[in-house]
Order: sequence, then C-alpha cells, then structure tokens
Amino acid sequence: MKNTDNSPVITSIKDALNRVFSGGPVYLTFLSLFSILFIAGVISGVYSLFIAGSRHSYGTYREIPLALLIATYIFFVVASTGLCLVSSIGHVFGNRDFLPIAKRSVLLALITIVSGFLVIALEIENPFRMIIYLFASPNFSSNIWWMGTLYMLYMIFMAIEFVLLLSESHRTAAFFGLLSVLFGVAAHSNLGGIFAMLHGRDVWYGPFLPVYFILSAMMTGSAFIILFSIMAQKIRSIKMDEAEAKALSLVSKLAMLMIAAVVFLTIWKMITMTTGGETRGITLHEMISGSHAFSFWVLEVACGMVIPFFLLLLAGGRKHGLMLAAAVLMIFSIFFMRLDLVVLAQIVPLYWELGVKEFSQLHTYAPTWKEILVAFGGIGFCGMAFLLGEKVFNGFVDIRGGKAVENGKAESEP
Amino acid sequence: MIFKPFDTEKIFTKSEKISEMDRRDFLKIGLVVTGVFAGGSIVSAVSAAEKLFPSGFMDKYPYKPHYSMVIRVDRCIGCRRCVKGCVSANAVPDYGWRTKVLEREVPQAIGQKREFIPVLCHQCNNPPCVRACPVVATYKNKANGIVMMDSKKCIGCKICMVACPYNARYFNEEKHAIDKCDFCFESRLSHGEKNVACSVICPADVRVFGDLSNPQDRVYKLIHQLQKPVWVLKKETDAKPNIFYMKG
Repeated sequence: MKNTDNSPVITSIKDALNRVFSGGPVYLTFLSLFSILFIAGVISGVYSLFIAGSRHSYGTYREIPLALLIATYIFFVVASTGLCLVSSIGHVFGNRDFLPIAKRSVLLALITIVSGFLVIALEIENPFRMIIYLFASPNFSSNIWWMGTLYMLYMIFMAIEFVLLLSESHRTAAFFGLLSVLFGVAAHSNLGGIFAMLHGRDVWYGPFLPVYFILSAMMTGSAFIILFSIMAQKIRSIKMDEAEAKALSLVSKLAMLMIAAVVFLTIWKMITMTTGGETRGITLHEMISGSHAFSFWVLEVACGMVIPFFLLLLAGGRKHGLMLAAAVLMIFSIFFMRLDLVVLAQIVPLYWELGVKEFSQLHTYAPTWKEILVAFGGIGFCGMAFLLGEKVFNGFVDIRGGKAVENGKAESEP
Repeated sequence: MIFKPFDTEKIFTKSEKISEMDRRDFLKIGLVVTGVFAGGSIVSAVSAAEKLFPSGFMDKYPYKPHYSMVIRVDRCIGCRRCVKGCVSANAVPDYGWRTKVLEREVPQAIGQKREFIPVLCHQCNNPPCVRACPVVATYKNKANGIVMMDSKKCIGCKICMVACPYNARYFNEEKHAIDKCDFCFESRLSHGEKNVACSVICPADVRVFGDLSNPQDRVYKLIHQLQKPVWVLKKETDAKPNIFYMKG
C-alpha cells in the first residue's frame, strides 16, 4: 500500500489534481461551468432518448430528421480533423515552426472528436446497437459505416500519437501522426460523402461536400488552435514564448488562407445552385433572402469569413487580442455554417414538384431546449476537458523554450 | 466507334453475346424513360427495350415474384380507406404513415379540378436507403425485391429517412426502429395472402398489386402495354422504383 501511494503514477495524479484545484477562481469557475453544461447535456440527452422519446424532446421530425445535433457532431469532428491536419504540418511533415502547437493540438483533436461522439451518441436512437452492429453487420457501401470505423481508428492512432508526443518520442509519434492524418482525411471526406452520395437530395449531392469539409476543417482547426493557445497562455498567466508565438502567427496566416478558400467555395456553391432544378433554386433563395438569410449573411459570411479575415489581417500574427476575437467569431459562425448545411437541404419537401397540398409549404426547423442542452453538453465536455488537460499536462511546458523542438530535431535527424 | 442504338443489325449481333447476368443487370437498371408526365417520368417496359434485346428477354425480372404496384391515379377518389387499411394491418401509429394519399388542386383546370396521388415506399431496385444504412438494418429481399427492415439492427441514425427520395420512412417509437411499407409482407404476404391491405380495401381498384415477372399478372399486363402512358416518380434520382403510375 505504501509502495502504491508513492508510485510515480499516484504522485503525478496528485500533482495534477493540485494544479487543477490551485488554478485560481476564474479557472475553477469556468471549469465548473463547463462541467455543469456537460452533465446537464448528458442528462438531457439520456432523458430525451431513453425516457421521453426523441419525438417528444427534439425538434426533428420525419421531414427534417437531421438537424442541430448532427450539425454539432459535424462541427466537432470537423474541428478535430482540422486540428489534426494543422498540427501535422509540424510534427508529421517536418515544418518545425509548427512544432510548438503540436501537443495541445493533438489533445484538442482528441477532445473534440470525443465531444462529437458524445453528441452523436445522444442523437441516434439506439447507440448501444450501433456498437454491436457496426462490427456484426457492416454495410461496406455505407458512408456512415466507413466514417464511423475510420474515425474510431483515427481516434486510437491519435491517442497513441499523443502519448508518444508526451514522452518526446517524436519519430514514432510522427508515424502515428501520419496514420491519424490519413485516417482523419478518409473519415472526414466520408462524412462529406454521407451527404454527397444521397442522390435523392439535390442540394447535397455531388463531389462538393467532401472537398468543402476538408478545407473548412483546416479553417476550423486553425481557429481552435488560435483560441485555445491564447486561452492556455491566459490560464498559465505568463507571456507566450517566442516559438509558440511564431507558430501561432503562422496558424493565423493559414486561417486566412482557409477563409479565402471557403469564401471561394461558398461563392461557387451559390452560383451553381442557380441552375440544376427547382429545389436548388428555392434553397438558394431561402439561404440568401429567405428564412435563413440572417444566418447566412450575418452569422456565416460576416462573422465567419469577412470580419475574421480582416481581424487576422490587422493582427498581423502578433496582436493576440485581435486574433482571439477572430478565432471566437470563426468558431461561433462555423457552428451555424454546419447547421445551415444540414437543415437547408431538407427544407424543400420531396414531393414539392407534384404541387400537392400536403407539401405546399417549405419545412421549418426550430431546436428544442433539450436539443440545445445536448449541444451545450458537447461544448461543456470540450471546455472542461481542455481546462483539465491544461493543468494535468501542466500547460505542455516541456515543449516550450525550444526543449522539445531540440529533442525532436535530435531524434529525427540521424 | 460511335454507338448507334437503332442500327438493328448490330444490335442483334451484340444481343447474342449478352450474358444472362447482363440481362438481369439491365432489368435491375429499370425501365426506359420515354417522356415526362404529371410530375413523374413516363417509362415503357416494351418499346425501347424490345428494340435493343431479343424477344422473350422481358420475361426475366430480377426477382421471382417481382412485387410491384401500379397506381391508377385517375380512379382515386381520395377516400383514404387504403391508409386506414394499412394502419390496421400493420399497426401504424398515428404519428407515422406507411402510405399516404396526396391531393392536388388545380382551380384553373377545365372539368375535374382535383386529383389524388397515393404514395408509399417505392421498393426501389436501386434503393438509396439500403446503400446508406451502416448496419444492413434495411435490405432488399433477394427473393421478392421488397425493401425490408431488420428492426433489431436499426441504430436509429435516420440516414435512410434522409436518403429516401419518397419520404417513405419514419421512426417508430414502439419498434424503436425505422418503419416503412413492406408490401404487407410481415402482416399478410408471409401468411399466404396474395394482396396488400391498401389494395384489398380500395373501392376503386386504384392500387393494382402483383408480380411483374408473371406475364399472366395484371401488373405485368398494365406495364407491358403501349396504349396508355406509365410513369414513375423521381426518375432522375436513379432509384429505379417499382411503383408505377398511370391513368385508366
């Protein structure tokens, strides 16, 4: 017993807990808030699925079965893939300037994918059956099957990569990082493929979405890295070191590039929607001047693309306040991008062209508070895990000051 | 080499080499579109197909029996007994439907100003729902072509609901799985009945249910004629439905 008490693991846990509890009032307030959101979200989801029934709890229905929670899931997994891709630039593809953000990015990628899985588990009706039949009865032509399986492997590889990064085994970590990138891209493009291969849905169908998802993942990943790196600096209450600041500056440039790419894709999506049938035309109309116009122009375009781009331009990779504002705006608006992407394609009734009474109005969707609470549960978990991670892993201090970079260099170069 | 579809000499030379599998694949592909009508696409099982393939070929359909339904829309009076029949045969809850009768009003039309369009699962030959389901909870029955549910496997992801171009699926709370029309297989056909509930109860003989692979069947005869146009809904989705619409 005495040996166990003195074991390095127990000591490390005790140290980590000490760091958590001595985090200061602001830290502990946020940690409590996120924890409460997480618990409330889980309770809401469990109650909705297993007690009340989703039909009575969620705002989804026969004509719009996928909505807020799917959008939240997409938001998190897009962020995870983006974090994985952006962090891989340094520790997988050898650009040393990106190395200082590697550990935190990989941990955030893990946290966001788990947040996504948490939300999806509280969205699908029979999550326990999924665990069994995904393996017992696979459908290899299903994008969901591929996405689920590949994301699981992605998560495992990334967890290994994170452990290896912590132990400064950069060369082996780079190998698992590469696997994470490959499986992440494959899984993420399959997420796009889920929608892109539905030949009964004009707005989603086509090769656009897998490409869009990958590029917007990089945009989301960049925003997450900027936000959480600056937040981590505030938690540590010390000035960000030069290497990390330089990495962040590069990430902000990457974010601008990705915003430009998403603007480009959005413009072309809109232009192509002017042709190709009534459903696409009506959807475009609703998006730019109908019920979703505010969401599109204000939340997506202004908050997600135009303002962050200029804020990052003004920040020049140095002014962290502006970068933080840009990242917060981007993350906030990307959430609505996902929601619009999911909901808009379902608003035109499938029998619209028949001109029948039953389907003469466009479908509308409004989330219920129970649904919103589940989405907040995901956000709560993400925030809580990040705050805990910062203290448990001591703000990844080893990687700063060039020590880890030197280690990586020494190990990866013969 | 330029493909000439009406070069009969070459077509018959080519046809002799077509394997049985190719022929079956052709039929799985669906019927030939010959026009557009009333929100659907007109198809003909005979015209173009018989020009391309030797006679006798049309007798072979991918399933035996190959269950299909012809809906004669101009006969429908909108009484919706079919819906009630379906509900009572298949225990459909009040928040869902397996079949529905849609109503279209055209005030400016001369004479009849209203028509009814019954809809149900189209039991597609290329079902988007089956491809999308991650766990084979919905599948195409290999014997009769009915798109069925294996409820115990359904994870409730609802992707099949989104994938279906015909809005034919809903989540059934009691079954805790997606529910859909199975041509009354579970409630009637598997018990030896020959017809589906919605067809049996219809007073106007709107819904003709039968076996498309049997030349003696009414469905076969209604489809394999040239006098009256036959159409399907949402041909452009390439789902190859087995619900056909016609007038008369």
